[in-house]
Amino acid sequence: MPSRSSLIWSVFLVVMALPTVLALSGVLSAWFQPDFKTLSHLSNYVLPSAIKNTLLLVLGVSVMTAIIGVSLAWLTAVCDFPLRRFFVWALILPMAVPGYVIAFAFVGIFEFTGPVQTGLRELFGNSSWFPSIYSYGGVVMALSLVLYPYVYLLVRNAFQTQGRRSLEVGQSLGLSVRASFFRVSLPMARPWIVGGLLLVIMETLADFGTVATFNYDTLTAAIYKSWFSLYSVSAALQVASVLLIFVVIVIVIERYSRRAQQYAQQRNASLNTQRISLIGHHRWLACAACATVFTMAFLLPCAQLIFWAWPNVAVELNSSFWSYVWGSVSLAILAVLVIVGLALLMAFTARTQNSLFTRTAVRVSTLGYALPGTVLAIGLFAPMATVDEVLYNLGAPSHVLQGTMFVMILAYSVRFMAVAYAPLESNFLRITPSIDAVARSLGVSGIRMLRLVHMPIIRRGLLTAMVLVCVDVIKELPITLMTRPFGFNTLAVRVFELSSEGLWERAAIPAIAIVLVGIVPVMILIKRSDNDAH
Amino acid sequence: MKVILFKSSLFKRVVQALPLVGVIVLMACSDVDKTEPNAEVKANSNQSLVVYSSRSEHLIKPVFDLYAEQTGVKIKYATDKAGVLIERIKAEGEHTPADVLITVDAGTLGYAASQGIFQAVDSDIILRNVPAHLRDANNLWIGLSLRARTIVYSTERVNPKQLSSYKALGDSRWHGKLCLRTSKKVYNQSLVAMLISAYGENKAQTIVESWVANLAIDPTVNDTQLMEAIIAGQCDLGLVNSYYFGRLQNKVDDLPLALFWPNQTESVASGVHINVAGAGVLKYSKNVDQAKAFIEWLVSDDAQSIFAGVNQEYPVNPAIPVDPQVASWGSFNDSKLPLSNAYKLQPAAVKLMDRAGYK
Repeated sequence: MPSRSSLIWSVFLVVMALPTVLALSGVLSAWFQPDFKTLSHLSNYVLPSAIKNTLLLVLGVSVMTAIIGVSLAWLTAVCDFPLRRFFVWALILPMAVPGYVIAFAFVGIFEFTGPVQTGLRELFGNSSWFPSIYSYGGVVMALSLVLYPYVYLLVRNAFQTQGRRSLEVGQSLGLSVRASFFRVSLPMARPWIVGGLLLVIMETLADFGTVATFNYDTLTAAIYKSWFSLYSVSAALQVASVLLIFVVIVIVIERYSRRAQQYAQQRNASLNTQRISLIGHHRWLACAACATVFTMAFLLPCAQLIFWAWPNVAVELNSSFWSYVWGSVSLAILAVLVIVGLALLMAFTARTQNSLFTRTAVRVSTLGYALPGTVLAIGLFAPMATVDEVLYNLGAPSHVLQGTMFVMILAYSVRFMAVAYAPLESNFLRITPSIDAVARSLGVSGIRMLRLVHMPIIRRGLLTAMVLVCVDVIKELPITLMTRPFGFNTLAVRVFELSSEGLWERAAIPAIAIVLVGIVPVMILIKRSDNDAH
Repeated sequence: MKVILFKSSLFKRVVQALPLVGVIVLMACSDVDKTEPNAEVKANSNQSLVVYSSRSEHLIKPVFDLYAEQTGVKIKYATDKAGVLIERIKAEGEHTPADVLITVDAGTLGYAASQGIFQAVDSDIILRNVPAHLRDANNLWIGLSLRARTIVYSTERVNPKQLSSYKALGDSRWHGKLCLRTSKKVYNQSLVAMLISAYGENKAQTIVESWVANLAIDPTVNDTQLMEAIIAGQCDLGLVNSYYFGRLQNKVDDLPLALFWPNQTESVASGVHINVAGAGVLKYSKNVDQAKAFIEWLVSDDAQSIFAGVNQEYPVNPAIPVDPQVASWGSFNDSKLPLSNAYKLQPAAVKLMDRAGYK
């Protein structure tokens, strides 16, 4: 019996990994016909700075998101200070702001001709000392402010469920609160921190929209340059494979660094009791820290968008606008159900069938997040066309697959599996193996174990996964552009259409709508997790 | 246990709903399939056309709507970046649902032609209406509207008498006064390709290097930012596509900027640099006659003035009058270099700009 069911699970994992393998082999197959002429130009003039910039960007964004995400998670999960309840959810909202949107909002606000520098010139006659927004600092700031919620969400989840227990352990060993934080709570939260950072790093590596707005050249910029300007798809895919190497290195380091560590934890840690009440000026410092991040990452860019949008509302808010909203919403719901459902089954399989094969299959299935969407979509397009052709020859109508939602959802699954998987995996890690053993001894196994035993424990992770996928799909652009059925449009597509013509003021309206639509799942997340713990 | 079960009910339901989701997916697919253009095309091949376009939706839709109104032919379209659309067409092969590809740059049109995705269009109307240098030598693609890349300057700080050519923007007179948009934009790539074809690669690189040496600020991300930088005093002059100037003119009263048409008296590189938005009929189109009729319509009469006018561009058809606001910027001689060569030279131009340190 066990062998049959494990075979089924193995087949499931292979099917899951297949699309990613197809897309990746599309990328890697470019090495069979390398374009040395383009590559040699790239390696002389483009890649050195692109690789350096990419590394610096990943480093900067990781450090910033770790600092912001972990500290805010700690403050809101364990401490008490004024407006804490508000910040608990408000600090997640920046996640709904796409990187390319905060980028153009920041450029609008902080560039030489923007309100800040203009104001400074009016006051002091000169703003030349003001750092340029088109700089390393500018890109890191923009990306960190929209990506820190990944760390914040996951790590807050960890701190919440550790409860005060970890602190108490530290204190019982004679450590101060601060020392307990660094020596007990923080190391205990490591899978969550690393899981969040991994998402941040992959998102940063795949980003094009944000870095392009700052004219900051990374590897993705080199991919686009090869493809669109040097007309060499082959060189583009070869650069993309360099990007993949980065990701594999990051993943290997992460796996290696936490080998043989276990994070299983007793359930029922008391969640909502006994926060640390901050006293004196600490209360206000905590409040100010949250307020600063919230203002920079959300209020300020939204204010700029509204300022732009206001005069153009009449132009944009027509009947087709609502079809964009509907497109985004329906797509997000469908994608969430499919992707999170699959990720759940995958995480469960990885837990029950722990072997090198399973671990590898899972890793492969989650690699797609680091590929720029365009590269991934093109990697999937050719196999889909082939399948369509085969089906056509077998008598099916042409384009059974292409131009349907199926291809879109498939491509999203490849891209966002990692997003759904990370919170589920770290939650599964916390369930002690003895629980499974007990369940089995009671005759509960397979899907029934997942449903009856695991689900109640990992539900918070499940919710996080759903929200992350939902928001990511709403923001997604390149895959949507390439695979959408005729006449099917989303808000992100509208932003692209307008911004590619430089019409930022009009693009601000669908951009605001993306943020608003993205806030809804975030609110649901908060509402549901509020029910059991603050 | 009871409590836990209750709490997890939402997620249980989600998991239980997974098969249902499968059904929804299938439904979504089949649903879309019914409205799929190719389905309609098969049934009624005279009434529908599929266009892939890298020209933005709001710039093509008015023309498509007018076509539907005048001829009853409905146009379905997908927009994306040109490079992506070309790969998509190649991947779709002979089953592609698309009939026509529209892009906004002669380089990508030429590249698409080189990839064998177009078929020649044999049409007297097109030959009559579109000058030879604005279409492919074999009529694999046809220019639809003209975009001029020209000098914009501050009317407060620059005397237009000091302006003459693209090359002269590298004169030491403009040191620290020049603004350029990023070299990643295809408009600059095709401009430099034109310089290569006129002066040769070495001389062209010297010119681009002299521009870079004159830059007042890092290259801007778009043309509008460039003009705003001039207004704010960060630099005095730069290069833009004329329609961006038109848009800003409509937004800002008393714009302290003006356009200058360079290379009017030069013997080498004669004429203002132009590029086209253009279209080609796909090799595997199932509606070749319909596609041809559509392009013929686009280069004639009303459609010409709307296609160009909606974005303040210039009609390719010399018989069609220019939009009055556009006409107010003055007339010019355009470069007569054939645009068919652009795709061969543009990669060279990109590499040249990389070497010259033009970001």
